[in-house]
Amino acid sequence: MPRLAVWKFASCDGCQLTFLDCEDELLSVAARVEIAYFLEASSAPGPGPYDLSLVEGSITTPEDLERIRHVRRVSKRLVTIGACATAGGIQALRDFADVREFAAVVYARPDYIATLDRSTPIAAHVPVDFELRGCPPDKHQLLEVISAFLAGRRPVVPAHSVCVECKARGNACVMVAHGTPCLGPVTQAGCGALCPAFNRGCYGCFGPMESPNHASLNHWMRELGMSTPELVRIYRTYHATAEPFRRAAEEAQGFEEGAG
Amino acid sequence: MTHKTVRIGALTRVEGEGALVVHARDGRIAGLELRIYEPPRFFEAMLRGRGHTEPPDITARVCGICPVAYQMSACQAIEAACGAEVTGPLRDLRLLLYYGEWIESHALHVYLLHAPDFLGYDSGVAMAADHRDLVERGLELKKAGNELVTAIGGRPIHPVNVRVGGFYRAPSRRELAPAAERLRRARDHALATVAWVAGFDFPDVEHDYRFLALRHPSEYAILSGAVGTGDGRAEPAGFAVADWSDHVIEEQVPHSTALHARLDGETGYLTGPLARYALNSARLSPLAREAAAAAGLGPVCRNPYRAIVVRAVEIVHACDEALRLIDGYAEPERPCVPVEPRPGVGHGASEAPRGTLYHRYRLDDGGLVAEADIVPPTAQNQARIEADLRDLLGPRLTLPEDELAALCEKAIRNHDPCISCSAHFLDLRVDHG
Ligand code: SF4
Ligand code: SF4
Repeated sequence: MPRLAVWKFASCDGCQLTFLDCEDELLSVAARVEIAYFLEASSAPGPGPYDLSLVEGSITTPEDLERIRHVRRVSKRLVTIGACATAGGIQALRDFADVREFAAVVYARPDYIATLDRSTPIAAHVPVDFELRGCPPDKHQLLEVISAFLAGRRPVVPAHSVCVECKARGNACVMVAHGTPCLGPVTQAGCGALCPAFNRGCYGCFGPMESPNHASLNHWMRELGMSTPELVRIYRTYHATAEPFRRAAEEAQGFEEGAG
Repeated sequence: MTHKTVRIGALTRVEGEGALVVHARDGRIAGLELRIYEPPRFFEAMLRGRGHTEPPDITARVCGICPVAYQMSACQAIEAACGAEVTGPLRDLRLLLYYGEWIESHALHVYLLHAPDFLGYDSGVAMAADHRDLVERGLELKKAGNELVTAIGGRPIHPVNVRVGGFYRAPSRRELAPAAERLRRARDHALATVAWVAGFDFPDVEHDYRFLALRHPSEYAILSGAVGTGDGRAEPAGFAVADWSDHVIEEQVPHSTALHARLDGETGYLTGPLARYALNSARLSPLAREAAAAAGLGPVCRNPYRAIVVRAVEIVHACDEALRLIDGYAEPERPCVPVEPRPGVGHGASEAPRGTLYHRYRLDDGGLVAEADIVPPTAQNQARIEADLRDLLGPRLTLPEDELAALCEKAIRNHDPCISCSAHFLDLRVDHG
């Protein structure tokens, strides 16, 4: 039986919990793979090598830099799950600040804390076979990724934007219908256009789509009344350091400077 | 002089990551540390400069297993700062959402993380090989909770529909109907769960806990209330959530790995199911009260191993109350009340499945967060868990180390420590002596 491992780095546990949230499928998946290493679910961790490693969380400490190399060495295939592992996650907001100042805000004795200046995705350190988006990922996509790797094929995960999912679901466009700012046009599909279905603008938790036109979106977001700081903040949340969102935020700031 | 160090390299079947180091010298415990090596994520620092509408979504990411708790404490703190209040059907919807999280979180802990300890398995999946029907019942129960959260919040982890002031869109009665259908079955499963776990073989241990839990005049407090404290014998003392920092102080202890919370100057109090039950058991739904009585719980439970029974009783209560709320649900006229930012400080606390979760925000003149403070349940329980472990290990230090390690893991799991939530936990090198 193929052997599966689930690893955690800096994260909220939500991505690996997505796996346990597959209530209907959990026992049938467990019948087809040996869950060899999954600390959150089992107190009997088995030694490597593993056929498939699912990695949650970003790299933020010196120890974890070492540990991810170990994980890569013992894994035949390595798949990152979620925004933390694929883009550094919310904790990557430290990249725009002084991490020592951050530590001083939270801890009376920041000198006890071993932490890196930046929060980096797994792919910045080791080769990654596939990156699954979402904060958290969609459980159907997660199951697709697991079954695809077990079957030795590439997972089928769309690269288009949330807008396409809105159309498929029959949502009215929240921008057109309600004038609500929405990151849907630049965000990768996968959630099923959840926020617009609740009359809310997308806040980008699945990260940037492949070729987003953020310049055009920024224009529309301003038309809908978003200020520059609001625009910068919406890009700088769960995927702040993912390249297209980083550029979109910088462009929003540049617009301000250009105008001023 | 004999030295002995028990190490549990990585705690399992808990949320997040931690380890335990115990030093023994001449047959006595010289040092004991529950070591948490969860990397710090600095939420309180990151929240500064964000808009007043942002903390519910952002703080949800502290913990994937109780995101609703973070959203509720954050919303209420910000609403308090802005002088707004969410009442009536919108408050009921919040409660409903929260019950959903309680059901799924408790079902996960009871069936997949905790019960295997009593039945001698390494995991829920391993347990399923011999007890498939039981594990399936647990998964069904968990699914009922997840479906309720999904119906109201859009998805079970980091729901998208919660906002300061209420919701983006209120669900229709029709949208809640399937969740209600499933909850009716779940309530039966929950009752069966109480009867099942009540029959486990529990170590005969009682601790003289000092409890802390929210208290509400008419509810088994989950969403809101004042803070109650006491030992379960005398009438509890209490204080307003806004006075939290006058009573609860977090300290960073140099030779310890985590912030230890002190309550009115004393260290080592307990929050979570045992605390809620001790201070509020009379306010459980009648069905949950009956189940508790049938399980032999009494009005206060001081045996930490029996926390699994209290959790099961709380699942009955959550199913029961959720059904009552759905039955009486009428779509509110508007999905949220307006919350205009203004400078000021707001406090909010609610009962995460693992215990009281406190948030405080100071908003500046521009309505942005100037300061944030989050006190999660595990940070509060840290010192008390260590005390439980001292009591457990003291007389047993001569046992083989692997046995000791297994015992400690079980004692820690009683408290369902959610280490990811412990935004304050440190990575600290200890002197192993
Ligand atoms: S990507 Fe989101 S859900 Fe996953 S671990 Fe990170 S914060 Fe949690
Ligand atoms: S609509 Fe956007 S923010 Fe909402 S769940 Fe989907 S990707 Fe995430």
